[in-house]
Amino acid sequence: MPVPFTVAIAEPTLQDLQRRLGRTRLDPDDDATGWEAGTSPAYLRELVEYWRSGYDWRAQEREINRFAHFQATVDGATVHFIHERGRGPRPLPIVLTHGYPDSFLRFLKLIPLLTDPAAHGGAAADAFDVVVPSLPGYGFSAPPRESGLTFHIGDLWHRLMTEELGYGRFGAHGGDWGSTVTEHLARSHGDAVIGVHLTDVPFWHAFQKPHDLTPAEEAFLADQERFQEREGAYAMIQGTRPRTLADALNDSPAGLAAWMVQHFQGWSDCGGDVETRFTKDELLTNVTTYWATASIGTSFLPYYDLTHAGALRWMIEKAKEWVGSSNVPAGFALFPKDLTTPPREWAQRFFDVQRWTEMPRGGHFAAHEEPDLLADDLRAFFRPLRDAS
Amino acid sequence: MNAHDTPARGSGPSSLLQERPAAEPQPYKIHVEQEVLDDLRDRLQETRWAALPGEREWALGTRRASLRELIEYWRSGFDWRRQEAWLNELPQFKARVGATDVHFVHVRGREAGKMPLLLLHGWPDSFFRFHRVIPLLSGSFDLVVPSLPGFPLTGPLQGAGPEQPTRQSAEVLWRLMTGVLGYPRFGVVGGDGGSVLAQILAIDHPEGISAIHLTDLGWHVYNTDASSLSGTEQKYLEGAKKHFLADMAYAMVHNTRPRSLATALNDSPAGLASWIVDRFHSWSDSGDVDASFGRDALLTNIMLYWVTQAIGPSIYNYFAEVRSPSLTPADRVARPVGLALFPRDIGGLPPRRLAERTLNVQRWTEMPRGSHFAAWEEPELFARDVGEFFQHQAGGR
Repeated sequence: MPVPFTVAIAEPTLQDLQRRLGRTRLDPDDDATGWEAGTSPAYLRELVEYWRSGYDWRAQEREINRFAHFQATVDGATVHFIHERGRGPRPLPIVLTHGYPDSFLRFLKLIPLLTDPAAHGGAAADAFDVVVPSLPGYGFSAPPRESGLTFHIGDLWHRLMTEELGYGRFGAHGGDWGSTVTEHLARSHGDAVIGVHLTDVPFWHAFQKPHDLTPAEEAFLADQERFQEREGAYAMIQGTRPRTLADALNDSPAGLAAWMVQHFQGWSDCGGDVETRFTKDELLTNVTTYWATASIGTSFLPYYDLTHAGALRWMIEKAKEWVGSSNVPAGFALFPKDLTTPPREWAQRFFDVQRWTEMPRGGHFAAHEEPDLLADDLRAFFRPLRDAS
Repeated sequence: MNAHDTPARGSGPSSLLQERPAAEPQPYKIHVEQEVLDDLRDRLQETRWAALPGEREWALGTRRASLRELIEYWRSGFDWRRQEAWLNELPQFKARVGATDVHFVHVRGREAGKMPLLLLHGWPDSFFRFHRVIPLLSGSFDLVVPSLPGFPLTGPLQGAGPEQPTRQSAEVLWRLMTGVLGYPRFGVVGGDGGSVLAQILAIDHPEGISAIHLTDLGWHVYNTDASSLSGTEQKYLEGAKKHFLADMAYAMVHNTRPRSLATALNDSPAGLASWIVDRFHSWSDSGDVDASFGRDALLTNIMLYWVTQAIGPSIYNYFAEVRSPSLTPADRVARPVGLALFPRDIGGLPPRRLAERTLNVQRWTEMPRGSHFAAWEEPELFARDVGEFFQHQAGGR
């Protein structure tokens, strides 16, 4: 049975954080403003100073707790989730899955648009019951006890939605790791999932190279490779030496911020200025959530699982087995500043694509950056499906 | 040395190559302020361990039990003052070259006229890499062991531009040897980054470099156009690439996003130790870092990074060098080269043919054991090979 949950970071944890921020050793000689070699030292200095002296976790916590939080034990593991009921004649249940380096916070702006569309310029008939779980090892969900869980999170979500919450059929949405989890959910539990809506084609499909690529697909895969070379190092190190990196990041709040904030700047549609998309409060609430729950090490486990030989083999097998076999309708919303943007035919190899939207703006963190665009697309995609269900 | 008292960077448009009379070397002793040691002890005491499964293995990174033991020893058993006194038994100096104060050990032989050797370390070690071979070589050679620009005790090059950073560092070392110390001609010994520096010195100053002795071919060899290579060479490079994907992600981070990483390493001593010890473990022959390197010695090397806050500059070197490479596979060393190859070094034994594409190989020694930090892990094997190579070079001329 789900148990109501309130986010409440223990006071000693906050005091310890405060003390560590006060003694942060930033490179005294490095005041570079650019981001090309990683998080800008000048920006980091500003951010750490604000974290220490201006940021108010308790105020953020109050905002977070305006949502209804729960924890449930699913398959022996504690899963944290937000569960907000929709306001409408027949709300459709939907599970939204985040990725790295974000958290359940990714969806806070989107939730009200989905639960109460009538209050946000939409129609009550489009209302959703929204479930936003934290991935295992992220935030307030317990970490997996061993590696290898990543490719079974879809099973956990299925049990959460059906056994714990009593839903029969439901929709699912995700990006980043969330899109991988969402695909697995649809593949393994197609009878329960009425449709999946993704902001990317799970990247690991690129491990299989079909021989009949179109020029657009070739260009996309080349782009994905360039991304790996240019800035894939975070995934390589998180996949091969997660503990070595986590030893430092879990011991230094400023270091954790530097490691995470690089992606919010690099992957959002911010034109180089991260604060056009994320306020300092928003950035730091996400980082503080990782810090206070000591999540950074376990948040790397999906990368480790991916790099691990057994998991890779499993995925390649699955990828072959799953080509063109999905019966679950799929919708895609592609945001132009996401890591890479696939052509429709690439998605069609793996999914029954029923909606394809190329957005005018937005990046990797679409639910946060462009909640209205995303909400509109989700409503439109699920409208015919909910009628049929 | 006051670790809080680092010189301001970029205080003027002074150029590296700006000619000034070489400053007289000043004797130098390492001294870390007590408050730095007190702060360190607090941080070690308060280490926040990350929870991850698989704690007993090295598969996910530095083995938890090994690191915990090391951190506990660092906090409660390790005696920095004793190490500091021991380091200060080495004759150390600082000399101004351009706008940078270069730290170096300078051991002159008792007799005049001994061949001078310049010993060059790499990452994540320091001048300390050579502590075990200094006594073995100082009977026959004048030894200069600098702390490289960007590394502990020398720190970043002041007033340097972004072009070919390793070549700029080589030029500083050339001026140290010739302008400051008055050696017109000398031999160079290097591994890791030190190998690249040695090669650049031999290419840029063939008249002044008698010969160079290396333990690896240098990182630029991995950029060799594979289509021009023999099957054996291709196989070696493919193996190296596979190894790279499995164990060299640290270098990918250094190459592309060093600043995102540096903050944590400079703020967490346990994190810094983990990042460095993971490399010493991967690049040891025994797989047992304490046995290969000595626990006090490992920590002394880590301390040098911690108290000088050099980890950021030392990894930024990678990024800068990738953007403007100082050496390419088209560059060739014409001066005589001795290679001592240790079987467990990164990528394993390279084919001699590959080495000969870029190096004038005059001596080729395949060692029975040892790895990346050969001068530290196998000092006798290393010193004997260096000694024989340079004595042979001197005799044969």
